[in-house]
Order: sequence, then structure tokens, then C-alpha cells
Amino acid sequence: MRIACPFCGERELGEFTYLGDAAPVRPTAFAADGAEQPDAQDLFFDYVYLRDNVAGDMDERWYHGGGCRSWLTVTRSTTTHEIKAVRAAAGAGAQKLAKAGATS
Amino acid sequence: MSRTSQISGDAAPLAFNEKPVADARPPRFVSAGTQSHRLSSGGQIDRKQPLGFTFDGKKMVGFAGDTLTSALVANGVKLIGRSFKYHRPRGILTAGAEEPNALVELRSGARREPNTRATTAELYDGLAAQSQNRWPSLRHDVMAVNSLFSPIFVAGFYYKTFMWPAKLWEKLYEPAIRRAAGLGKASGEADPDHYEKAWAHCDVLVVGSGPAGLAAALAAGRAGARVILAEEDNRLGGRLLSENGEIDGKPAAAWLADAQREIAGLANIRIMTRTAVFGVYDGGTYGALERVNDHVAVPPAHQPRQRLWRIVARRAIVAAGAIERPLVFPGNDRPGVMMASAVRSYINRFAAMPGRQVALFTNNDDGWRTAEAVQRAGASVAAVVDSRGVVPEAYRGLNLRQLGGVVSEVKGGVDGVRSIVVRDAAGRTQQIETDCLAMSGGWNPNVALSSFQRGRPIWRDDIAAFVPGQCPAGMVMVGAASGDFSLAACLREGHAAGTVAAKDCGAKGKAGEEPQGDDEGFAIKPLWHVEGGKAFVDFQHDVTASDVKLAQREGFESVEHLKRYTTLGMATDQGKLSNVNGLALMAEATGRDIADTGTTIYRPPYAPVAIGALAGHHRDENFHAWRLTPSHHWAAARGAVFVDTGLWKRAQWYPIAGEKDWLESVTREVRAVRSGVGFCDVSTLGKVDVRGPDAGTFLDRLYINTFSNLAVGKARYGLMLREDGLVYDDGTTSRLAEDHYFLTTTTAKAGPAMQHLEYCRQVLWPDLDVQLTSVTDQWAQFSIAGPNTRDLLKNLCDPAEDLSNEGFPFMGVREVSLRGGMRARLYRISFSGEMAFEIGVPARYGEAMAENLMRAGAEFGVTPYGTEALGVMRIEKGHVAGPELSGTTTADDLGLGKMMSKKKDYIGRAMAGREALVAPDRQVVVGIKPVNKTNRLRSGAHIIPKGAAPGPDTDQGYLTSVCYSPMLGHWIALALVERGRERHGEIVRAYDPLRGEDMEVEIASPVFYDPEGGRQRG
Amino acid sequence: MRYSIFSLAKAALSGHKGWTRAWRDPQPKKHYDVVIIGGGGHGLATAYYLAKEYGIRNVAVLEKGWIGSGNAGRNTTIIRSNYMLPGNTGFYELSMKLWERQEQDLNYNTMVSQRGIINLYHSDAQRDAFARRGNVMRINGIDAELLDAEQIRKVLPFLNYNNARFPVMGGLWQPRAGTARHDAVVWGYARAADSFGVDIIQNCEVTGFARDQNGRITGVETARGTIGASKVGMAVAGSTSRVAAMAGMRLPIESHVLQAFVSEAIKPLIPGVITFGAGHFYVSQSDKGGLVFGGDLDGYNSYAQRGNMPVMEDVCEGGMALMPMIGRVRLLRQWGGIMDMSMDGTPIIDRTPIDGLYLNAGWCYGGFKATPASGLVFAHLLARDEPHEEAKRFRLDRFRRGAMIDEKGQGAQPNLH
Repeated sequence: MRIACPFCGERELGEFTYLGDAAPVRPTAFAADGAEQPDAQDLFFDYVYLRDNVAGDMDERWYHGGGCRSWLTVTRSTTTHEIKAVRAAAGAGAQKLAKAGATS
Repeated sequence: MSRTSQISGDAAPLAFNEKPVADARPPRFVSAGTQSHRLSSGGQIDRKQPLGFTFDGKKMVGFAGDTLTSALVANGVKLIGRSFKYHRPRGILTAGAEEPNALVELRSGARREPNTRATTAELYDGLAAQSQNRWPSLRHDVMAVNSLFSPIFVAGFYYKTFMWPAKLWEKLYEPAIRRAAGLGKASGEADPDHYEKAWAHCDVLVVGSGPAGLAAALAAGRAGARVILAEEDNRLGGRLLSENGEIDGKPAAAWLADAQREIAGLANIRIMTRTAVFGVYDGGTYGALERVNDHVAVPPAHQPRQRLWRIVARRAIVAAGAIERPLVFPGNDRPGVMMASAVRSYINRFAAMPGRQVALFTNNDDGWRTAEAVQRAGASVAAVVDSRGVVPEAYRGLNLRQLGGVVSEVKGGVDGVRSIVVRDAAGRTQQIETDCLAMSGGWNPNVALSSFQRGRPIWRDDIAAFVPGQCPAGMVMVGAASGDFSLAACLREGHAAGTVAAKDCGAKGKAGEEPQGDDEGFAIKPLWHVEGGKAFVDFQHDVTASDVKLAQREGFESVEHLKRYTTLGMATDQGKLSNVNGLALMAEATGRDIADTGTTIYRPPYAPVAIGALAGHHRDENFHAWRLTPSHHWAAARGAVFVDTGLWKRAQWYPIAGEKDWLESVTREVRAVRSGVGFCDVSTLGKVDVRGPDAGTFLDRLYINTFSNLAVGKARYGLMLREDGLVYDDGTTSRLAEDHYFLTTTTAKAGPAMQHLEYCRQVLWPDLDVQLTSVTDQWAQFSIAGPNTRDLLKNLCDPAEDLSNEGFPFMGVREVSLRGGMRARLYRISFSGEMAFEIGVPARYGEAMAENLMRAGAEFGVTPYGTEALGVMRIEKGHVAGPELSGTTTADDLGLGKMMSKKKDYIGRAMAGREALVAPDRQVVVGIKPVNKTNRLRSGAHIIPKGAAPGPDTDQGYLTSVCYSPMLGHWIALALVERGRERHGEIVRAYDPLRGEDMEVEIASPVFYDPEGGRQRG
Repeated sequence: MRYSIFSLAKAALSGHKGWTRAWRDPQPKKHYDVVIIGGGGHGLATAYYLAKEYGIRNVAVLEKGWIGSGNAGRNTTIIRSNYMLPGNTGFYELSMKLWERQEQDLNYNTMVSQRGIINLYHSDAQRDAFARRGNVMRINGIDAELLDAEQIRKVLPFLNYNNARFPVMGGLWQPRAGTARHDAVVWGYARAADSFGVDIIQNCEVTGFARDQNGRITGVETARGTIGASKVGMAVAGSTSRVAAMAGMRLPIESHVLQAFVSEAIKPLIPGVITFGAGHFYVSQSDKGGLVFGGDLDGYNSYAQRGNMPVMEDVCEGGMALMPMIGRVRLLRQWGGIMDMSMDGTPIIDRTPIDGLYLNAGWCYGGFKATPASGLVFAHLLARDEPHEEAKRFRLDRFRRGAMIDEKGQGAQPNLH
């Protein structure tokens, strides 16, 4: 498998490590007003343990530890391994890329 | 399809053609030397370069350009090996990688290679090969008695017996089966050769250099694409090396020479011979094995034996050709029965004559080429038996004994075929003398590479074969590999595919003219099985036609069940010859057609690959990288003993003359530190620079405790959880400036923690303005500990630095000037429980700093200490480390529950509250002392209540960390024990059946030494 | 027909024409007491024990392809019970005991071969961890020995003792562990279950669940029509999430690819099962002579049943580091299985929130060795509606309660287990 890192270009599988499904969104144990979420445990249980385990296209978290240390969101088929899209995580300079894209 | 004519009218019985046949020309054999079957002219061998070799010790001579089998053929050798199950004598069946029979042990000693296909082994001077799977000798093999039991040794017989009595399986049956099974013997010694790995990138990868491959490479190359042309043979040409034909009006050989010249002139085409592409992986990555030095006795100095290639190609054109299919008839496994195409290869390419009187058994037009080749070589054709009872138009002219019908028996012995019996449709038989029977059951396109990503091949009735189905992305199959066998079609498809692939890759040049070749027809009428005696489907595994029928009878009808029940296709030839015949027979037996019966799943590698090649240089001390601490060479010079921690080599202790064991050295180091001063390289701890206005907030969300309120110039111990609420890692973090923290992790978690931090920063909280830099390798960091630490530092630091308790309090951090002006970071933190500092300088000064510390501390008898003493002191202080941070403990289990902030969210907070993680009966960290102070404790011993019988219900915990405490004068331990905190003072058992120990121990506080902590604050 | 050397000899006289199907090829009935989805080792063993131990014989096993086409036919055939944590220890030992009498139970030679397993250690920390584990085994009545470097050298003289990057310091040995012929296990259970009247229905993919107005499962929709069932058990490791989704369930499971490898057949070279403690490599030698070996997961979610080169190379590097004598032995075949990776590395055997639907899943790569016990305890659950004594910790709600069984201490990160 080869992943086209938006910062480094296409690189070989061995440079990347895998975390998993990008769909689950981390809840918070506290509401915005600072009050503790009564159902925090249920929300986190779902976030930490339950997976759709998609057979088909899935957005995934990959880490380019052997390169630029960026976290990437990769759209990949779990049945064919075909990679359809690669995006940088929000905090990995996604905005910079967007700007670069806009200017070029 | 070419028109054909009946030998005699459609209606069986077919008349035998009785007219005597005269040989075209007298044979042209070399009589000289051992090569009784070598032709005096022709072939691509160099008669000026004789090469001596031995087979089972017998000296023979061949020529440069020979393979081991072509040399053996030239020497008239027929018997090469013994089959897997029945130990039947076997000869040479093919001339290629699909060979199931002619397997030998090549080379000797540590270089012995079992199961080497003699058909692909290039001959070299001094080559020594031995036959295998026989005892005492190839001719007289005791295990051949298995043939007598063959009525019982049918498919799957072993599943039905060897069950009584049960214990005899390991003692008697299995050892016997294991000895009998297997083929060659591995050397059992370390492989003395080297292997390499390499990457290659190209636009167009062309696999195979037959007419289709050459046409493709030429077209793509001319157009300007970057091409790699991979050929498993040692020279280009593929079947062109073994067939006669015309391309662009020239003899094939002449065209081949021109093509090679042109390719050599194109800088953008890379030719890789002796390179077999064995697999296709995701993203257009192809695995290939280059046999760099298998054609010489021993690789030259500094050269690898083989090289593993990872070829990344945007397009791949697979022109892997086709493999001729055996016919399944009684006696088809006798030495001297050979594939018709192999006979042509030996004659045309190697000028070696498999027989003087060759008979041919075919069900298709192509087989007839062999009759032509044999006659042209001047040997005689005993007869051509065509099960279709027809003579293809193209071969009408041949003056041959032509028979309709089938070969129903093959007579002969270990030295091969003596005669065959031909049976016509009326059951009339006739015996024909022959010393070589060539057979052709049609051709199987070599679809392997197209099927490795689960593309299922498609059945074509007109050629009675499977052709490629859905190919992996970027791959096309051309020529014979796609089921188009004529020379013209191969050239046409190759040229077209090369042109398209080049264009796809953006090449702008012209692909040139399409080469023109003969458009021979191909007609076949399948013949799947001739009834009679043992007819072999899988030669190497001795799977017969009746085995396939038995499997069907017992319900093993799926082709995968057939394969697994009979072992059909599981031999070293991976079913290249046997699979299609096997499933055709299964289709026949079930009444399904072949298309519905389907094929088994194709698995890489296409041809077996040496495990050493896949490992490359990653073996012995180079299996994994070494990481050396900044003071490594200094420590090594002092004779330190090193320990592997992850990839790091760390000083474990520093023995001095006269010390009898590690314990004595470690005890001395601990005493020296606790009574004076010592230092230890702690650079392996993970270090992360955390900067930005939101750095504090970031750390608050990461750790269970708070860092945003940490004063600048202060350090604090922190604990991280995983999101599931269990402890992840710990370490001290210092605040160097308002927006600048210096975070440390354990040595083991340095890498994973960095990944975790980046995840939190980039994915979870991208809104935070914070940056992370891993600086683990930038700092040489030493822990300096002991009552004299401050005195040592006075000698080391600029006198202006105030190191007093007031000027540099416990947990204080700041940058200081050393004597000579160099800047360093000083952290007043203690892992040992002594008055201690850690000092950090740029990594390149590691050794110099170690020497400075020795100088500065000389007057106080400063002692360098290793990881063992470090461990002893942390156990004495009850500090948790790796064995307690097991990934299954909570903060409270470690006695750190109080650190969990109630005021904020942090990673793991919510899940940490789950009932089972806050249960009162959890195992928590305690100290353990032996009741009898002379007893030695051992990690891994379990805690059993006094008086209780050891069992699942009385197992209450275990010793996690153990050491001899020089301070207490006896062994101590940390342990995880059920409800341990309530049980201080209780006497329990430390139960260690593995080491036959069982002793009374007392549960105690984990802090054995200076519980008030006065020493580190002093 | 009963199998024995005598029946073989008798059959030989008639050219083996007398053998009948090892199991029938029946048409599905309208309704069964229990329908088991998945004709792998676990599903077939479940049917066998339902019939034999619990007297429930109106049972069908539905297989979408050919029986044993999943992980039962794609593993490295190792059996062992060297587990450490409560829940696992007793369960895998129950399995080991069932292996030890399986051939006589089934009248089928599944080639259970107790040649032992040695887990090598290369550091003090690893030794201590193995000591903890070995002592748990002994406390639970399981055989275990801690061997030092010298003892290892005696039994495995071919390891690299000269210039290894991570020298062998010793190993944890379970003499009763070993291997079994994976396909034979499937066929043996199929034949034995069939002899009790269990219907084994191949090429019968389940496409959905039939449910009544209360949501209770009443049967399954299949490629061959609706089949009624009072209870439905899922034993479809590798496809668990896909089948569960048909019932609207999300589970703490991910599907990952695990590769395995076999070499050309060679004469006996390796005595038992060996695992490398400093790299991802474990190996045994089949009775046919092939070295059967494997290593780590590829590491990404996959249903593709095939892996990539980095792991193939990593495994061979481990092999060469441990036993450089295999350098010239050739890799013959590589394949990939889909592992049902649970969030704590431990299986799930439990009722589901859906009435009438039962779950047997999350086997990670420990499924083969568990086959007999998995069948027995799942049969118990289906028959009695309560967990078997040895499976009471494999509950689905353990993740919610925080009672994970995490041998490796890796947490909710399936590809690290």
C-alpha cells in the first residue's frame, strides 16, 4: 500500500502507522458550561469501544511517523485496499494546504 | 483454428496407420565424452566451455548455457528423484519453473538447498547435486514399498486411522509420517550468504521477455516511458529460445537478436534477467527476486546471493506465457515421459536429445510441433498419438506413424520408458517401442499474477483453459498469458499494450511498427483422463485421478476441499501443472462444468522465494538498529555491562576488578550513591518540547493532574491515562517559560507517546495554539544523586550559581552556566530518593560531561551507576515503573489516585470511573518483605493467603519488581495485591512453583527507604 | 461408516468405492431449534456439542461457502493454554483437555500433536512476565516450565546463540501444547455433528434476520430462502460486524488481516512450536514438512484476506534473526485471514440485547486453539441460556463495566493485541 502524504508526497506503507476509524468524535466529560456530563460514561463507551467496522470505503486515521509526523485522514476501501483520498488532520496544517491550494 | 483432417473417417474405431516410417536424416549425436544425447550442432550452448558437474556423486560434463536438467538429458540421465508419498521413480517432466519431479539438493554443507528445481538451476563448473527423498540410494529406495500399500494410502487415508491408542500418535505414528514426508533436507546450519533488498520505480513494468514481452517493452521504451523488463530466465526470449518461427520475415532468433540490440540502446529500458516477479501488492508494488549469484558456486566477496526487489510501477504488462498441461493416463509419471514443449526446449535451446525414439501423445495441434522438432534434430519419431484422431493441416507433410486413440500404458523401469501401449476407440491395443514419450494436454495461460488480488480466472472452451479475469489495478495480461497462443497474437497484443501503457504514463514518443509473426492456429479437444492404472494428476504429491474421484465420493466437492483433502496443488510446484486437470476431473465426477467448478484461490509467491532473501540484511546483530546513549563509548571504555532496553544499549552496571557478580557491583553502586554521590545517563527518557500560549491547557487535558498552574522554573510529576482510563505513562514535566514546557516520558513510551501527543494536538484539539518537538536525541541528560551532589555541582557550575536549598529548591528548574561558560539545564528532581539533580547538555557533549562529572566528583568518590542500581533505588523508594505500568493498572492501583483532578476533563477521565476500575478488591501496589530475611524474592511469584491452597480463587496478586536492598540488607519487592493497602503487616505466601519456591512474606508500605522524603529535600 | 485401519483395508479391496459422504448435503428444513451461522470450526463444534452434550439435534449450520473456508482454514494450527488472566486460563485449558481426546470423540484423526510450545525470552523483564504467567498456569493445574538459556540450547540447538541482536535468555515451555490439522478439525466436527442428524448446509449465505413484532429473532433470510429458528447463534469470526449489522448491532470489534506463511516441505527440522520474544515470528513444522509461520497483524482494518510486503519481510526478518538456518528454505505460499479483533484481545461469548440472537466472536488470532471449548460453551449458552462456568467472564458488557481481559495491556487498540 502507498499513501500520498499531502506534505511529503507518495510514500510506502512502512512509514505510516494506523489508528483506525476516523468517524468516532471524542465527547467531553464536561459540558461547555463546565458542568459534568451525566452521561459521559455512555458517550465515551461508545467512542472508545464501538465500531462500525465498515466493509467498504472508510475514513481512517494514519500517522506519518516515518516522515512529517502528520496525522492524516485517509479514505480507503477495506475490501480492496484502494486509497481514494488523503487529507491532513485539522491541526496538521490543513489550513496552510488549503491556502496553498487557493493561491496556486 | 486450423482445419484438420481425420486419420481415417470420423467414426471410431480409427485404423492404425501401419506404414513403416523412415527417419528423415541419420541422428547427429556427439559420441565423445559423457554426453551420449548431445546434438553435434545447434542450440544456445557453448561447446567450447565444458563444465564438470556431479549428480549423486557421478561425474559428468555439460556445456555453458546448460541448465542442470539439460545437462542431465545430454548425459542420458532419466532418473532424478522419488515422489513424495509412494516414492515412485521420477524423471524430468518440464524445462521450467513448473517442474514437480526433478528436484534436487543443490550444493552442500551450510549452502545445501533442498527441493531445488533442476530445470531452472544454471550449470556451473563443479556443480554438485544430490537426489532426495530416497534411502539408501535413488535406484534402490526402501520406501518404495509404500507403492505396495498404495491401495491403502489413498487420499486422506490418515484421517481415518492412526487413532488408537491416542498416546501412540506422538510416539510412533507421527514421527514415522514426519520422517517419510518432506522432500529434501535443509542444511540445519546458518546460511553463510548475504541477501539484499532494493527498491525500483518505473512507469511500465514488463513481466516476461517472450515475443509479447519484448514487443511491449520495445513499444513502451520507444515511446519514452521508463520501462523495467523483468525476465526470470538468464536470457531474454522466452519461448523464442525454444521454438522455430519467423518475425518480420526473419528467423525468430535473428529478430530476437535485433530486439535485444535495440533495447540495450534505449537508456530508459532497464533489463533485469534472472529476476522473477513473484507477487503483486497494493499500490502497484511488485515483489521480485533477482538470483544474482545462483549461477556460480559461491557468491563473489561482498556480493549478495539474491536480491529482493520492491518494484513500484504505474502500469504492468504481464507477458508470463503459458504452461503446457500434462495428460492424465496410466504410467504418465514414468521417467522418460516429458512435456512436449520441454522436449522442444531441450532439443532447440540446449541441443540435448531426450530420446532417440520419441513418441508423442497429444490432444491438440501444438503438440505436433514436437514431432517436427524431433525429426529436424535427426532422431526418429516412434509415433504420434492424437486422441482427436486427426492430423492438423500444417503437419500433413510429415512422414510419420500417426495413430488415433490414447496411450493406455507406459512400460519401463527406473531408467525410464521402454514402450507404450496405444489403445484405439475400439479397445484395440498396440505396443510401440520408445525411450521418450512427449505429451501435450493443451496450454494453461500463466494467470497467477492476475489472480493474486482475488481476480477469478475465466474458463474458455475453445482453448480448454482458464484466462485472466479481473486484473489488479494498473495490470494487463498479454499474449499466451491471456490465452492467445499464436506468435502473431503475442506480438500484436504486446505492442498494443506497450503503446497504451506508455501513453497512460504521459510518454509522447512513437511506439514504432508492430512486429509481424506467423499466425499458427491452435485447436484442441480436451482429454481429461485415460482409464487404466495409476494416472497421476499431481506428480509430486502422488495425487491420482482415482484420488480425485474418491474425494468427490466423500463429499469434498469444492475445489478448495479437493485441494485440502487430497493435497492436490500443494506441492512445491504450487499446482502449476495439476490444478486444471484436477478440477476438470472433479467437474467430470460431479457433472458440473469446469466454469462452475472454478479454481482454488491463487496465492503468492508465484515461485518459491528463499526466506533469507525476504529478510535481507536484517539478521544477527543487524536484525534491528542499535541506539547508543550520548555517554556510551565512555561507559564502554570503563567496562560497563550493557542491557538492551528497546533499541537502546544502556549501561546496566560498572563492574570493577575483584567483584564476583553483578549483585556485588550493583550493591556497591547503590551504597556509593546513598552515602556519597553517583551519576547515571538517563538520556533515553523521551523528551518533548511543548511551546505555545495554550501549552498549559494542552498538558492539563493530557495529564490527570494540572500543569497550567505550575510556576515557571518548577517541575512536576505527571501521570497520563489512555482514553480507556488505565495508566499510559508517567514522567516529570518542567515549565521553562510562560509558554514553554519540557515534558519527559518513560524510555519505552518515548515513540508511542509522541504519536499520542501529536494525535491530541492535530486531531482532538486543533484549536489549541501549541507546538511539539521531539528532543529525545538532542539532550544528553544525567541524573546526579547522593548527599554530595551539591558539592559535586559546585565544582561543575560557575561559582556564581546559587545551588543552596533556597536558591535551588526541590523540584526547581533553571538554566545554569558551567565552569568554562557552557550553558546547561539543571532540574532538581529525584528518582532515587536522594538529594539529586538532573543535568542536561547538548547530546554531542555527552562523553565530555561524563568525564567532567568524574573530575568534579573525584574528591567525593563519585561513582557512575547503571540501570540496575537505578532500579534498586526506585524500588527502595516505592516508585512505580514499567512492571507496574502494565497497561492494566489504574492511577489508584499505583497509589496515585489523589492526583486525578476533579476540576477538568482529561484523556481517560470518564472511562476511569467504570465500576470494575474503582472496585475495592482491585490489586494495588504494596511493598513485600520476606519473613525470613535471608530469603531471596523473585518477580513473578504469586501472593497466596497464608494457609490457603494455591488455586484460581486464592491467587491474590504477584511480585512485580524485586531487588536486594543494600540499605535494608535483605530482598524487597513491589507487588500488586488484592486490597493490598488495607493489609500492611499481613503475612502471606510468595508462591513460585515454576522455581519450586514458596515462602512467607509480609505485606508492607511500598516506600521502604526514607518515607518522610527528608533526604531528597535536604 | 466408522473409520479404522480395518474399514480402510476392507475398502481397499473394493477400490475404495464403498466410502460415502463424510457429511450429508441436505435441503434446509423450514424450522430448526437452533440455527448456527458459520460453518467454521466453532460453528460446527457448537452443533456437535449441542447434539452430543445437550441433546439438541434439530440443528442447522449455515455456511456461505464451503465449510472451513474462513479462519478455520487459514491459521497456523497452534493449540496451547498458556494464558495468564482469569477467564482465559480456565477456558483455554478446557479447550486443551478437549483437544486431548478429540480424535476418539470424533472418530477422526485430527492429528492433534502435543510437541510443546516454547515462548522465548530475551530480557529480565520478559522473564519476569513469563514467570508470572507460568505460575498462573501452574496454580491453575496447567503444565508450564521456565527454561534457562542452557536448557533452551539443548532442545533448540539451531537458534542463533552467537551474534544475535537480542540473545535468547530462556523460555516458557508448555509441553502439552502443539498443533492440530486445521482442515481435519472442521471435517471431523462436521462428520460427527452430521451423524447426530445436524444439517450442514453449504453455499447458503445469510442475508438477514427474520424477527417478530417484539423484535425477537424468528429465523434467518438466506440465499436459499427463509429458515425458521427458535435460536440463532453467530459464529462468523471475520464477518461478525457485517452479520451483526443485519440485526442493527454495533460491536467492540474490528476486522484486521493477519498473514501466515508456509515453506516448501523439508525433512523434520523443528521439533515443536517456537515463538520469538524479540520480534514478530512464530513457527512450527507441519507433518507434511512445511514450516508454518507467522507474525504480527498488517495493522489496518481489512476484509481482503491478503496482506502486504512490509509484514511478510518483518516476519522473515524475525525468522532469520532467530534461526539463520532457514535462509535457504523457500517460502511457498502466503495468505491472509480476517481476524475478529476485539477491543481487549479476548473473545465475546454471550447473549445479545436481541432476543433469540447469540454471539460467539472476537477471537482475534486465538480462535483455532479455542475451537473445541468455544463449541462446548457456546452450545451450553444456546441450550441453557446462561453462560458456561468457563465462559462467564467473556460477557459483552465487560467493556461497559471496565472488566476487560487484556493479556497484553494494550487497551482499546485492536491492532496492538
